[in-house]
Amino acid sequence: MSREDIQSGLAEILEEVAGVAPADATPEKSFTEDLDVDSLSMVEIATAVEDKFGVAIPDDELGNIKTVGDAINYIEKNQ
Amino acid sequence: MTALQLTTGAPGARILGFGSYRPRRRVTNAELAERMDTNDEWIQSRVGIAERRWADDDETLVEMSVAAGGKALAASGLDAAEMDLVLLATTSPPTAIPGLAPRVAHQLGALRPGAFDLNAGCAGWCYALSAAADAIRAGTARNALVIGGEKLTQYTDLDDRATAVIFADGAGAAVLTASDTPQVGPAVWGSDGDLHTAIAIPDGEQHMSMAGQAVYRWATTRLTDTLVEAMRRAGVGPDDIDVFAPHQANLRIIEMMAKRLGLPERAVIARDIVRSGNTSSASVPLALSALLESGEAKSGDVALLLGYGAGLTFAGQVVVLP
Repeated sequence: MSREDIQSGLAEILEEVAGVAPADATPEKSFTEDLDVDSLSMVEIATAVEDKFGVAIPDDELGNIKTVGDAINYIEKNQ
Repeated sequence: MTALQLTTGAPGARILGFGSYRPRRRVTNAELAERMDTNDEWIQSRVGIAERRWADDDETLVEMSVAAGGKALAASGLDAAEMDLVLLATTSPPTAIPGLAPRVAHQLGALRPGAFDLNAGCAGWCYALSAAADAIRAGTARNALVIGGEKLTQYTDLDDRATAVIFADGAGAAVLTASDTPQVGPAVWGSDGDLHTAIAIPDGEQHMSMAGQAVYRWATTRLTDTLVEAMRRAGVGPDDIDVFAPHQANLRIIEMMAKRLGLPERAVIARDIVRSGNTSSASVPLALSALLESGEAKSGDVALLLGYGAGLTFAGQVVVLP
């Protein structure tokens, strides 16, 4: 899957889980600082990512994912 | 090979009455915000708790359990002397020895009943309910008192914002009796012991800690199947559920489970966590008592229950409310 497809798929997840407008889900955005996504919503995002992309994000890796770009990179690398 | 004789029990068990005890002291989020770096908005958005009850020194686990048990007996119309099984589900006894159920039973006036404590974390009361219903079916008990009691504040660092905002105290109980009409469905119970450190008092420490994200992930992904199977085994479907009363751990988990189950519009969802916090094995009977007292739930309602927590453990079952 291309980076663009991953980004748009992730944007759909962010909208569904945390009500983030798809246009705001750009790579440089920090989940907690810019998008107001809390630690429990991060878990929901991880679960949805696994369902959508087949990429599991364990809890210890989840802590390293700070921005939308980090998430895209992780999914791209592990798909 | 010698074949032993067995007792013959009743076709099923049913619940006759509930009772609860809520500690006197109400602790609001505003009070906690004065003690530590937290605030009402943070607590409400993460866990959904507005206030909780913390027991004072004289509100011991035994006293709270006796109070809840006494009210359940009064609601049931049975006498303590008729109980031949008394179970106390708890994860927070003050000492390891002795178990508290015999003392609770004695203080209530029960006459030498089978009595033991059961520690299955926050799933404890649902485990105990199943054990009691199964004993009634097996004929080893005819009437049983099933209590869930917790004094979690004894094992909580009350200055730790990660846990102090969540955990609380209280007790809830139900009286069961033999019934020709089964009104306690088969439990679906299990455990994920690989996650034993997720909710624990770490070695050498005095207070509980919780890996919030790990538990949240487990609760939101691994337990829906348990609920579906509990309904299947009891011969009911989502449309038959009048009341959904899962362990009161986190309002977001409760709402997510309710949504995934596809419960009917009329179904009442227990949200006792908002005013009681997380009371571990007391949470399900406390929530059911509150719904029956307020009239939101009524006699004959079909209720889907789920306990889950430290262990990690889980147990779900369907019951008909008294």
